[in-house]
Amino acid sequence: MTAAALPHDSASAHEEHHTSLPVNNRKLAIWTFIGSECMFFASLITTFVIYRDSHATGPGPKDVLGVPLVTSGTAVLLFSSFFVVMALNGAQQGNRKKLLTWLSLTVLCGLFFAGMQVYEFTHFVRDGMGYTTNLFATSFFTLTGFHGTHVAIGTLWLATLLKDAWKGRIPPEKSLNLEIAALYWHFVDVVWIIIFPVVYLMSLGHK
Amino acid sequence: MATTVLEPAHATTAKRSVLVEWLTTVDHKRVGILYGASAFIFFLMGGIEAEIIRLQLMKPDNHLVSPEFYNQLFTMHGTTMIFLAVMPISAMFFNFFVPLLIGARDVAFPRLNAMSLWVFILGGLFINFSFLLNSAPNGGWFGYAPLSSREYSPGVNMDFWMLGLQILGIASLAAGVNFFTTILNMRAKGMTLMRMPMFVWSVLVTQVLVLLAFPVITVALILLMADRIYGASFFELKAAGDPMLWQHLFWVFGHPEVYILILPAFGIVSEILPVFSRKPLFGYSAMVFSMAFIAFLGFGVWSHHMFATGMGPLADSFFSLATMLIAIPTGVKIFNWIGTIWGGSLQFKTPLYFALGFIAMFIMGGLSGVMHAVAPADLQQTDSYFVVAHFHYVLFGGSIFALAAGAYYWWPKMFGRVLNETLGKTHFWLMLIGFNLTFFPMHFSGLLGMPRRIYTYPAGLGLGWLNLLSTVGALILGFSFLVFIYNIITTWRSGEPAPADPWGGATLEWSIPSPPQEWNFAVEPEVHEKDALWAMKRAAGVRMLPEPPRVSGQGIHLPSPSWWPLFTAIGLLVFMVGILVRGPVSHAFPFGLISAAGFAIAAFSIFKWSYEPPDHHTSHIAH
Repeated sequence: MTAAALPHDSASAHEEHHTSLPVNNRKLAIWTFIGSECMFFASLITTFVIYRDSHATGPGPKDVLGVPLVTSGTAVLLFSSFFVVMALNGAQQGNRKKLLTWLSLTVLCGLFFAGMQVYEFTHFVRDGMGYTTNLFATSFFTLTGFHGTHVAIGTLWLATLLKDAWKGRIPPEKSLNLEIAALYWHFVDVVWIIIFPVVYLMSLGHK
Repeated sequence: MATTVLEPAHATTAKRSVLVEWLTTVDHKRVGILYGASAFIFFLMGGIEAEIIRLQLMKPDNHLVSPEFYNQLFTMHGTTMIFLAVMPISAMFFNFFVPLLIGARDVAFPRLNAMSLWVFILGGLFINFSFLLNSAPNGGWFGYAPLSSREYSPGVNMDFWMLGLQILGIASLAAGVNFFTTILNMRAKGMTLMRMPMFVWSVLVTQVLVLLAFPVITVALILLMADRIYGASFFELKAAGDPMLWQHLFWVFGHPEVYILILPAFGIVSEILPVFSRKPLFGYSAMVFSMAFIAFLGFGVWSHHMFATGMGPLADSFFSLATMLIAIPTGVKIFNWIGTIWGGSLQFKTPLYFALGFIAMFIMGGLSGVMHAVAPADLQQTDSYFVVAHFHYVLFGGSIFALAAGAYYWWPKMFGRVLNETLGKTHFWLMLIGFNLTFFPMHFSGLLGMPRRIYTYPAGLGLGWLNLLSTVGALILGFSFLVFIYNIITTWRSGEPAPADPWGGATLEWSIPSPPQEWNFAVEPEVHEKDALWAMKRAAGVRMLPEPPRVSGQGIHLPSPSWWPLFTAIGLLVFMVGILVRGPVSHAFPFGLISAAGFAIAAFSIFKWSYEPPDHHTSHIAH
């Protein structure tokens, strides 16, 4: 009640405000944002499913999609979700070495996945499937491209946190900074867990 | 509410110019005022567009404007009123009053809030800039593909629309995250969800709709952008694309959008009726649940906008029934409002006039809505002026009447002066008469067969006199807002200073000085009941609150002003401008240098923003 009259330590003051729910503002906000993003990807996935057989001209799913490479990318992305948990664990324990090791691995996984997608896309273009070749191609590139953009943004985000961790700016009481990025990262993974079967596995069996 | 005597303030730090203060502000109240001021200017622009439309339709075979300009007028009128007027005027109230109503110092993310504001303003300017190039959007506010495709809409007109809406969507989503978090997490001690003021409930439900509906139109706009600028064919029939996909994506957004526009109006009226009836809101929990139910159903009825597209009898029946269901929770709300004023000791002040006007007009709009829900009847009414009458009764008779009620009700708190009552009531009567004279005849011109969106109509169809009535009504309606502006100006110059609690209010915002100090509450309030201020006054045995003292905010943490929200918004604008000029101008760059620059500005700003210290001690002297 008399908080206004009390002297404040400026470092701790903005870390923990009173909240009505037992969850921090920023964590609630990222969950809210993720909920909103679900609708974004749901719409893109629906669009892909509608147009997956629209390939009267140019290649269709069976002609271009390769499962082995993408499976490795999927595995790497799945592992990265585990790695970021380990990194967060390190941050919460104040174990700098653990934090740096696992966070570096997470960033590497992000880079690997993005690189895999760049390789895959250029490969498709060389095989004669450009962005506008047919509607299958357009909706494929739009859906996986937007997921890839999310991966790229997440990797950039984690990389800035890696830099912070390197400079010792993520002590245990600031591990929330990493936790929020990790929540976003898990979401990006989960979306891929839906995209991978719908785009690669089901489309192959479909026609 | 006890007050704490605070230490005297230190001398203010380096004086910042007024302009810089407003450009860098993160105070939710200033953000709210900027939202309101810019949205009101856009509202006047949308109003002028409407007046020109009405003058063009005043008589048969009229040639006041060209058919091409007419298309631009009705597209921009719809786009402006929905995205640049009603939503942001509501956002003004969200910004200014949600923290005050829940007893908070600010919103959860003040700088994100400022970013929403600047993104909105720049997005609005971006769309309207098209007028200067004589290429305002001309494909309707619904942007139906393939009408909005490059083939049927060459030129940059629809590019402005589609990119502008993308910008505005970002503002809405950022605000959605912010207010959802603020309301769930920043409530005063003891303010459970079922003790929240009804307006806060309406904002919470609205934000859920924003968060779930806007991503869908974002995808629709991305697909349209792929078609128009990057040569894709999502909506091109000749390349196996499907225009129905546009309609589904658009209306999955578009129908909840209707509730995004009207739910805040429900909230405002639910605040005003109890205060001016001196009775608590009747059926509070029924009101809450019916609002949530309306929002839920709002997502299941989008296809009632598409009865005429040939979805088939099964789909038509389903969406018809689901649409009629919405009448039930809406009816619950209306009867609760009537229950609130029933037997109350009514204080006939301007806000009550507008709130009662809202109920009457909204009932009219709701009844014609039920008529549209009947799919076979809708096939007759669709694309006629009957539809125009219906949605203006809902969105003008509903939203605008309620927003005006809110403006008169909350003006004293926002600006420290009470708007003139006589002028306010004049405004009300002119608006009520003008509104009904404009839109009631449209039911008849629509049933007589006058289509929407037509540039003119021949004589001898019996439509001339109905249109003349509508035009006269529109001029009166327009004039009523000149009275409002005159009221604002005279009140500004010579209005009486407002006490903290001019209406005998029920909610927390009236417990602090008018206008509130930067830190809102000198002491954070604690709440034990609904209608928290009434409960406090009852406990103290008073009807009006004694004037609360103005205190120094020494020691209260407030967020620091920041340039980065503005710069982030500028980066986003530049990014979209790059996509816009890429279409016709420079196919050479795969991404566009301008867009790359915009992206760099936005990314740099967000980076700087993340490393900025979030708050500081105030050292303002109480003013």
